[in-house]
Amino acid sequence: MTLAWAFDAILAATVLAVAAWTIVARETFAAVVGFVAYGLLLALVWVRLAAPDVALTEAAIGGGVTGVLLLGAAARLRGTAGVLVDERPGAAMRLVVGVLCGIVTAALAATVLLLPDPAPTLAPEAAANLTTTGVGNPITGVLMAFRALDTLLEKVVLVLALIGVWSLAPDRFWGGAPGPERRAQPDDALVFLARLLPPVGIVIGVYLLWVGADEPGGAFQGGALLAAMWLLAMMAGLATAPAVSERRLRLVLVAGPAVFLAIGLAGFALADAFLAYPEAYAKPLIIIIEVVKMLAVAATLGLLVMGPPERPPQR
Amino acid sequence: MSEVTLFGLGASALVGIGLYGFIIQPEPLRRLLAFNLLGSGVFLLFGVIARRGAAAGMGGDPIPQALVITGIIVAFAGSALAVALLLRLHQADRGGAAPGGDAPPAGGGDGDRT
Amino acid sequence: MPDPVAVSTPGGALLVWALILPAAGALLALALGGRHAERIVLVLMPVGLGLAVAVAAGVLRANAVLVYVVGGWAPPLGLALRADGLSAAMMITTAVVVCAVGLFARADFQTPQGSLEARAPLAFWTLLLGLWGALNAVLLGDDLFNLFVALELLTFAAVPLVCLDGRAETLSAALRYLLFALLGSMLYLLGTVLLYGAYGTLDIVLLSDRVRAEPAAWTAVTLMTVGLLAKTALFPLHLWLPPAHAGAPAPASAVLSALVVKGSFILVVRLWFDVMPGVPGHAAAQILAALGAAAIVFGSVLALRQARLKMLIAYSTVAQLGYLFLMFPLAAGPGVAPLGAWTGGLLQAISHAFAKAAMFMAAGLIAQALGHDRIAGLGGIGRVLPMTVFAFALGGLSLMGLPPSGGFVAKWLLLTAAIDSGQWWWALVIVAGGLLTGGYLFRVLTPALADTDGHLPAHAPVARYREAVVLGLALVSMVLGLLPLASFGLLQIGRLDMAAVP
Repeated sequence: MTLAWAFDAILAATVLAVAAWTIVARETFAAVVGFVAYGLLLALVWVRLAAPDVALTEAAIGGGVTGVLLLGAAARLRGTAGVLVDERPGAAMRLVVGVLCGIVTAALAATVLLLPDPAPTLAPEAAANLTTTGVGNPITGVLMAFRALDTLLEKVVLVLALIGVWSLAPDRFWGGAPGPERRAQPDDALVFLARLLPPVGIVIGVYLLWVGADEPGGAFQGGALLAAMWLLAMMAGLATAPAVSERRLRLVLVAGPAVFLAIGLAGFALADAFLAYPEAYAKPLIIIIEVVKMLAVAATLGLLVMGPPERPPQR
Repeated sequence: MSEVTLFGLGASALVGIGLYGFIIQPEPLRRLLAFNLLGSGVFLLFGVIARRGAAAGMGGDPIPQALVITGIIVAFAGSALAVALLLRLHQADRGGAAPGGDAPPAGGGDGDRT
Repeated sequence: MPDPVAVSTPGGALLVWALILPAAGALLALALGGRHAERIVLVLMPVGLGLAVAVAAGVLRANAVLVYVVGGWAPPLGLALRADGLSAAMMITTAVVVCAVGLFARADFQTPQGSLEARAPLAFWTLLLGLWGALNAVLLGDDLFNLFVALELLTFAAVPLVCLDGRAETLSAALRYLLFALLGSMLYLLGTVLLYGAYGTLDIVLLSDRVRAEPAAWTAVTLMTVGLLAKTALFPLHLWLPPAHAGAPAPASAVLSALVVKGSFILVVRLWFDVMPGVPGHAAAQILAALGAAAIVFGSVLALRQARLKMLIAYSTVAQLGYLFLMFPLAAGPGVAPLGAWTGGLLQAISHAFAKAAMFMAAGLIAQALGHDRIAGLGGIGRVLPMTVFAFALGGLSLMGLPPSGGFVAKWLLLTAAIDSGQWWWALVIVAGGLLTGGYLFRVLTPALADTDGHLPAHAPVARYREAVVLGLALVSMVLGLLPLASFGLLQIGRLDMAAVP
């Protein structure tokens, strides 16, 4: 019973408690605040699991950007009659579902306890092949080289989700900008924060990207931070949301997956396979992809939070 | 019981809690919250498996860790779409913002609601 | 014994193109915007169809799977694309249906003159391309996590299509669909996580060697199957489908019912027959088929009671999807009958795709002509739109199982397999299903073909070429059964559960 074990036990218990509270809390807004706290605690768990890259991603996207998204939704829906609300299930139904979920948990717990020892792992293979990719961070190696197709598809998923969100706008707002018009109040605390934080955030975001090749970090984490800074500036009224039909915006969004795709196709000629990198140029190519990806991810994440256009186009 | 197994059991419990919340909650936003809990539990389970695969000088198997990063982002995209749908439905329900008359109706309109 | 190392086969590059062309098209369409989106789709349609045919030709000629190792990194470290006979056949089906839908939808989703860009057309064309790319990714993926990302791509492309018209009903149907789909994906991912934890790889070919019948595998397959069933809308997880498919615009309904729900179904087949053949066990297969039987009965009975044509067709989808799951107990095990059941189940998926797409688009034309889709008000429409109603009838007869349609061959193969293997109760279900299908089909055709003494209903004009497209699809579904039985051998190429059978 070491100190570390005790710490982990308390952490796990707290995480479960906050999660349970999120489910049973009466008021939705309170539940969402609990969820944000949960996300930050979870980042701590990821650190304890020796996964700093994931901890960064969980804090930035899982807790941070998702939290902003859900808080915004909860605030707008506050005090209104719910839509698509089914009947509240009776006690008998809740018992049945509870038992079912208990069975699922038990099955999973049993599987965890019965996992093979020694655990099958791909770490040695990844380590052996990492040098040919030119990067030092094995996770970047997996995302950008070994399983690059996953990352490419995921970027297409982001763009498609954004198209889906935009398609929800009423016809008359198409081409306009998302979010209500905000004008900056000079003495507002939010404005103060929005002037102070973004420069710092941008520097840290770029640093995360740069260092992600060899240390924990990377384009997703940096992009999420940039998105958060942009959202802050927009909420304070210091930046205007771009119009949906703006050509430059569309190019930035599409550039992320497009550059990746182009370099991947070049792999046919230069390195014998789709999404393969010629060994000498692997690292510079990956850096290029990651830089463009970071900007595209920042724009896409920010716009996903902003939602569909709500203002008629300026014409 | 090692710390890793402890977190594994915790992840299993999180999956159960998230699943319960998703099925039981009547409101869509709460369902979405529960979905995110469920998702984080699944990712945590993957992280436990990654930790168990620590070898070759690394703290954990990098494949599952990278997949979790991808999963977090994809789950966020799903949440964003769901929130946008929910807010739009809310608007439409309150009688506002029917699709403007400037575009022709989408083909094969569904006709009378009898 | 060392793992087999995947190697790219000649022609494997086709798989990459099949995947990225629609995706690249969607990106280009978004960037260029406006009218270009539609043009990009029209250009890519023949190319995509050509690719699908080329892949099928490659598989047939080699009588083996096409494999492409992405990035030069072979599984388990990297991932591969793999086209077996099943993938090839479904790819052609997807391409043909998407092409037909694209041609049909041009009239519905044109950017109006005088405006640079409109919401619904841009959304429709880009989402259609995204959907096509996602379907190809689902059919060609050989890695369980890659398939997860492909499934999410499919969902995000399909959901906004449901609520394109912006009404509150379709928005709520879309939200319900999305929530079901998200839950399904997450359960699928959970099972995938367990499989990695137990076997150290996510590659389907490698897993088929490593998976044993043990608790970890059982838990994984249960979770993954439940998740995929939620996405395929199998009874009792079908509640989201009728409002979603009925509320979408007609070309979108066609794609949703014909193709999108088949994507997750194909993954269940891959899971049960390729990843872990024999592991789920006979009892589980019977349960799955029992749910299918319930779907057939429930779906057909509810279809009989619908007042609106599109809702009837949507419930028909719920029912027809049930037939697909009868193949699970029937296609397992050695022998000739199970081979037939495999072909039958997949042929049902393909034939239903063509027939259902035709039926939904026909309903769209009828609704456009009459201004409504109430079944009670369909009197005399047969004289106004004879081609369309004929196409609808052909599609319905294919679903019923009339020779020489694909539906007939499929049900015949399943029936013989059921009787040969002594599971005669499924034969009863198939026959009953056919009768019920006939019931709701004639419920529509009777008023439609009725003689109204020369009183034609008030109607808007309908373009002739659209009727032709619909009729074309219905004819394909009707003549599928005329293909020589040998050509169905394509479906058997590359099955991983047959590797052990001499």
